[in-house]
Order: sequence, then C-alpha cells, then structure tokens
Amino acid sequence: MFEGVPLTWFLILATIMFFVGIYGFLVRKNLITILMSLELILNSVNINFVAFNKLLYPEHLEGMFFTVFIIAVAAAEASVAIAIIINIYRRLVNIDVENMKEMKY
Amino acid sequence: MFTYTVWIVLIPFFLFILIGFFGHKFKPLVSGVVGTSGLFASMALSYYTAYQYFFVVGKTGDVFGKIIGYNTVWLKLTEKLHIDLGVLLDPISVMMLIVITTVSFMVHLYSIGYMQGEKGYMRFFSMLSLFSFSMLGLVVATNIFQMYIFWELVGVSSYLLIGFYYTRDTAVAASKKAFIVTRFADLGFLIGILLLSFNTGTFDFLTLTDPNGVAITQGSGIMFLGLSTMTWSMIFIFMGGAGKSAMFPLHIWLPDAMEGPTPVSALIHAATMVVAGVYLVARMFPIFHFSAPVALDVVMCVGAFSSIFAAVIACTQYDIKRVLAYSTMSQIGLMMFALGVSGYGAEEGLGFMASMFHLFTHAFFKALLFLAAGAIIHAVHSNYMNDMGGLRKHLPITHITFLIACLSIAGIPPLAGFFSKDEILAAGHEKSMMLFILGLIISALTAFYMFRLYFSIFWGKQQQYHHTPHEAPKVMTIPLILLALGAVFAGFIPFSSFVTSDGKPFASHIDFAVAIPAVLVGVLGALTAMMFYMKETNIPETISRSLGGFYRAAFRKFYIDEIYLFITKKILFNYVSRPVAWFDRHIVDGSMNGISYVTNEVSTRIKGMQSGQLQQYAWIFVSGAIGLALAFIYLWTL
Amino acid sequence: MTNNQIMFFIFSAVIVIFSILTVTSRRILRAATFLLFVLVSTAGLYFMLRFNFLAAIQLTLYAGGIVVLIIFSILLTSHVGAKLEQPGLAKVIFSALTALVGAAVAIAAILQYKFPETVIPKERTNIEDIGQALISTGKYGYALPFEVISILLLAAMIGSIIIAKKRKD
Repeated sequence: MFEGVPLTWFLILATIMFFVGIYGFLVRKNLITILMSLELILNSVNINFVAFNKLLYPEHLEGMFFTVFIIAVAAAEASVAIAIIINIYRRLVNIDVENMKEMKY
Repeated sequence: MFTYTVWIVLIPFFLFILIGFFGHKFKPLVSGVVGTSGLFASMALSYYTAYQYFFVVGKTGDVFGKIIGYNTVWLKLTEKLHIDLGVLLDPISVMMLIVITTVSFMVHLYSIGYMQGEKGYMRFFSMLSLFSFSMLGLVVATNIFQMYIFWELVGVSSYLLIGFYYTRDTAVAASKKAFIVTRFADLGFLIGILLLSFNTGTFDFLTLTDPNGVAITQGSGIMFLGLSTMTWSMIFIFMGGAGKSAMFPLHIWLPDAMEGPTPVSALIHAATMVVAGVYLVARMFPIFHFSAPVALDVVMCVGAFSSIFAAVIACTQYDIKRVLAYSTMSQIGLMMFALGVSGYGAEEGLGFMASMFHLFTHAFFKALLFLAAGAIIHAVHSNYMNDMGGLRKHLPITHITFLIACLSIAGIPPLAGFFSKDEILAAGHEKSMMLFILGLIISALTAFYMFRLYFSIFWGKQQQYHHTPHEAPKVMTIPLILLALGAVFAGFIPFSSFVTSDGKPFASHIDFAVAIPAVLVGVLGALTAMMFYMKETNIPETISRSLGGFYRAAFRKFYIDEIYLFITKKILFNYVSRPVAWFDRHIVDGSMNGISYVTNEVSTRIKGMQSGQLQQYAWIFVSGAIGLALAFIYLWTL
Repeated sequence: MTNNQIMFFIFSAVIVIFSILTVTSRRILRAATFLLFVLVSTAGLYFMLRFNFLAAIQLTLYAGGIVVLIIFSILLTSHVGAKLEQPGLAKVIFSALTALVGAAVAIAAILQYKFPETVIPKERTNIEDIGQALISTGKYGYALPFEVISILLLAAMIGSIIIAKKRKD
C-alpha cells in the first residue's frame, strides 16, 4: 500500500497497457505504429519494475536501475529499428509489414 | 646384443621408400642395383646374426633359447595386454632370416637381368623390397599380432606383385583371386588369434609357446562341439596358414598366381611366402602339441592330402610354371605332414626338424627351379612345354642347374633334397607304415613329374624356334649357379643340431630302411619319366587315354575351381546375395525412402504455415504463451 | 479517497485511454502524439512514487528522445495527413480476443496473489545514492551493466548508421 494505492492497482494498470500494446502489435500494419506498440509494452514492464521496487523492497534500487537500463535498451532498439525501417522504405517505398514476406517458404 | 637385427627388417623397408618414391629420378637400372645391394646388406647381417646366434651366444646350457633382440611397445591396450613390435630370435626364425634374405637377394640379382626393359622396372623393385620387409617382419614377430600385421602386408605385396602386369586381364583376375582367397583364410587366422588371446590373455610368443607357461598348463578352455577352445583357435589359426601355404581346399590361388613375373613366383610363391603357413604352425607348435593334438591331426591330414592331390595334378599339366606351382604345393603339404606327425622334444620332434629342414632345402631348389624356368621362358617366350624340347644345347647352364634341382627335389643322394625328404619319411615311418607308404608314393610322383618336366624341356623332340634360344646373361645365371650350390650342399648341414622343436640339439642319422626305398622310388619315378619323355613317344598319350576320366579330372585340377565358382556364383549369389540385395533394396532403402517421402509430403502440406507474415507468427506466439499460462495455472495444478 | 488515489486514477485513466488511442488511431502522427501522452503520464506515476530521477529520465529520453525519433521517421516515410487503412475484421477480432484473454488471465493471477505489506519510508530517493550505485562495483553496484549499456548504445549507434546509410549501388 503506497499512501492508499495498493500494488495490485499498478500491476493491473501495467497489464492493461501491456495487452493494449500486444493488440497494437498484432493489428497494426505500419511498421512505425508497431514500434510504438512495442514502446507501450516496454513501458508497462517499466511500471511493473518500479512498482515492485517501491512497494515491496523500498530500501533497494534494483527496480529503478532495471528501468533505467530498459530505457537505454529501448532507445538503442528504437534507433536500430528506425534505421531498418528507413532502409525498408527505401526498397519497398512503403513500410507495410504485410509486404515483407520474402522469408516465407 | 642383437639390437642390430632390427636393421635386417628395416633395410628393405627403407629400400621400398627410397625406390618407390625417388626411384623415378634415376635410371631404372639404379633402382635394381640399389635394391640388390640393400638386400645384400640385409643378407650379410642375417648371416652374421646366424653365426652369433648358433655359435656364440644362442645356447644357454644345452638349449637354443629364444632371444628378444629388440622390442618396443606399439599399442598399449591395458597394463597386461599390449601389442609389441620387435625381433624374436630362435632357431627357426634365424633359419628363416637366412632363407628369406638369401633367396630374396638371388631373386633381386636375377631380376636385374630378367626385368630388363620392362615397364615398371622400379615399381617391381620397390614392391620386392616391400615384400622382403613384410616377410622378414613376419618371421621375427615377437607376438602373434605383429605376425598378423606382417602377414597381411605379405598378402598385399603378393597381390601387388601378382598383378604386376596389370594390363593383362588374367593377371588382374589372378591377383584378385589370390588376395580374396588368402584374405578369406586370414579371417580364420584373426578369429583364431582372438580366441587364443581371449583364452590366454596374451599375444606374446614367449609366454604362449613355453611348455611350462600359463598358456599351455592352465588348460584349454571350455568345450565347444566336442573340441576345446584351444583346439578351435588352433584350427582357425591353421586355416590362415593353410590359406597362405595353399593347402587344400584353399590352394586355388597358387597356380593362378603364376601370372606374376617369374622372379616373383620364385621368391613369393615358392620359397618364402607360401611357407609362412608352415612357419606359423612351427611357431605355435608347442600349443598344437600340448593343447590341441586334434588340430595337429588336422594339419597332418590336410598336409598329406594336399601333397598327394597336388602331385597328381602336377603330372598332367603342360604349363611349366603351373607344374612347379603344384610341385610347391605338394612339397609344402609334405612339410605340413611332417609337422603333423611330429612329437615334442629332441628325438620325438623329428618331424618338426624334418619339416624345417625340408623348408630350408626346398627354398633353394624350388627357387632355383623357378629361376631356371624363368630363364627358359625368357629364351623361348612360352610357358608351355609343348613348345619346348631339345633345349640342352642352347641353354647349358640352365640345363645343368635345372637338372641339379630336379635331382635334389627327387631325393637323389647326396643332394639336399635327399636328406630333408629322408627325415620327413623317417618321421612318417615312426608314426605308421601307412603314412610312410603315402610318403613314398608322393616321392615317386614328385620324381616323375619333375623329370617329365626336365625331359620334355631339354630333351624330347627338336622344336623349330623363331630365333635360336640363347643363354641368359650372367646376372641371371650367377644366381642360378649359387642356388644350385645351395641345392647340392644345403643337405650337409647337420640340421638337427641347430633347429629342433624344443631347442635341444640331437644327432640325426640316416635310417637305411627308410632311405633305400625312398631313393629307389625316386629313381623309379625319374626313369619312368625318362622312358616316356626322353624321346618322343606315344606312351604318355596311351596311358592318359587308358586312365580316361581320372586323367581328365586331374588335368582339370579335379574341378576345384569349378566347384568354387559353382558355390559362389550359383549358391551364394542366388541364395544369399540376392535375398540380401533384395532386403537392402526394398526394406533398408525402402524405409529410408519412406521416411524421406513422408517428410517431403508433410512439409509440402504445412509449408503454408511459413507465410512470412510477421504478425501471424506473433499471434501464434502470444496465444501459445497465454495457452501455456492457462494450462499451468488452471489445469496442471500439482 | 486520498490525494494519491485521485492522482493514480487520473494518471491511469490517461494511460489506458491514450494507449488504446495509440493503437487504434488511423492517423499516424496522432498516434505518436498519444504515445507521448502515455509516456508523460507514466513519468507522472514515477513522480508520484517519488522516483524523481527516473521520471526525469523518462521525460527526457522517452518523451524527448524516442518519440521525437519516431515522429521524424513518420515524417520521413509518410505524408502528414495520411490515414492508415483499416485492418481486416478477422485480424482485429482474433487479436482483441487474444489480448482480452491474456489480460484476463494476468489480472486474475494478480488478484489471486497476496502481496506482502511493507512499510514505505517517506523520503525520496537520494540522487547521490544513485550516482554511487552506478559507479560502484560491490554489492548493489551497477558499474558493469552501466559500461555494458554504454557499449550497447555505441554499437546501436554505429549499427543504425550503417544500416540506414545509402548504398553506393
């Protein structure tokens, strides 16, 4: 309980955010929107880490550091992903995920 | 002390490497000269070893012991079981060293002339060296596994040399036949080795053949089909020996092996390799005698039967090399027979001594016969005695040496063959009268076919030759003369004071009750042959016609080849190979094809799942994860 | 209802609503803006939990960095006013079903689990502690991950340049 807000609420919030992200990942066609869904998923995980840290082990900082590192990794991932997207755009002129099926059987 | 003996074996090996890999850089003659001089070095070392062994250090007390000249652990399997390579010196191996190096040297020398101008001159000499190396390694083997390794090497070099004229179909077929038949026999040898070493836990000859050693005293293993394991292993080992020594029924390769160059026939298929089987039995003799007397009886029967069987065939053949081949088989049969009747101990082991003695003298006169035959073929360009006749004027040296060899093999005193054959007959006489008479018959046949050969070549009708046959060059006649000296004088060596079954020398003497009939039948055989063949007569034809079917059977070598062909082609191919091939094609391949077919089909059906649609994969992944979560939370609650 | 609870509800409402809008909006630039709102509200949650430093990082890196990057790439690859086409109905239904079931399972699991109650100190995280922890190598020290992440960032930077740069051919 953090000043009236229980851990469960944070977790439920993060879960909703996570599955909204999943929905977006599965439905969206544009690669950039897919990337945005991915950011949502990562963000929900961050909320989980932070909430666990504060509400279960307030004397340590692991959750927070994990979040920091995840943000760094997310930044790296976003930059590489966008580079790839730009490259694909150069080749296919659009960035529709359904057009990228050269790896099929 | 005897460490240098390893060089006797190694010199031919280095010669093989040298001639085989660098021989083409020089003139062909160089390889011949190098090979011959190398063999001379090896021979000189062997004689020195023999001198050292027999006269200086070999005797401990009264007995010629076994000396390990050199030993190295080659393959260490366990603390107790290891395979060594080394040099074992005892009377028979030293005797074999002398025989092999001498004959090999003579053959090398002779080949310099005989192979003149042949294609593959240097290949021939490198292979001769390889053969000498393998054969020497075989006789000095300290353990049965080393013997087996060199045994196979000998087989390989024999194969290579029989197939020397590899452009000739018959030579190729003969080499394959020789290799397959002896290889089949070697399978028995290997089984025997495994049985023996399993039973005794050692490969080492010193331990194996010690009459008071564990191998002999600890019993002969469990019984199988009424015979002990020891007996079975000895029978199997003898099978290997019989294959190499061309004993019935594994003899079929030897006559065909005459397709090789004649010096090869002299070296491998007369004097050295084919007596490897005899040597093997002699080497294992204490085990045969103490642990496996039944196997020794087998040796005796096989030897005696092969001997008379080959002698009969030899009387009917026209190819001179084939006659000599069957004669070789017959003489080796006699050696085996002598080993088979022998006992263990000084006087008891008369047969052993006789066998080794005959091996020794036989090497000289049979090598001589082959080399002389080579000189004749060289002069006449034919193998068939129908094409020859009246050659004594054209080839005087060959004539004299051939006559000496014939007299020697026929057992006419005082030539070498007389003494050794006399000892064999004496050993047979000690065993039973029947065997003695059998020996006499073989002697008579031997004398007959040898003199049949002699008279039809050098006497008989005068042939018209395309060009006058001329005597071979000196480099070929000198070995003939040297070997003829051996064939004359080798018999005077008091063999029983050097080579005996247990190492104890004894004094042998000539038993006139044995010697007189032996000489008489020899002379009788020779005279019969002289009557038939010295002048052109029709007696042989009359006799062969009156014998009818028997003559035809003997002429066709008793149809043994045909029987083999029938067994392999008709029975094995039809009733074994075909079903096996069918099984392989339909069941083994079929199941493999079935698996590949099913895989192929399934993958074509499900390849649609690899749609390349990223989100489809993601959907399956997420729903799978959720499904697993559901399953673990609600269904699989332990 | 405490202030905290009110704040939490406001933030969560923003997060949930704009998350959903992010993944459903047919105008891509708007979706990016909605994402920005979500990330900013998350930063608000961090503030509420007294992780001021983390909230600052969230604002600068996520809201300031990544979203700007995304917007740039949107501007590079599509027209400003372009509308995304409607996804297929079957796809929407199946994906929504999956997401709903997954959320249900997760929430059920969360509600079933009894978390321990802990006493939470009032003071906010000291920036000095964070600095010490990031360069310390002992227990609760993060020097190694810190270095590793810096290498990762460098690698990602070089990688993106190599991937995105124009080939000569």
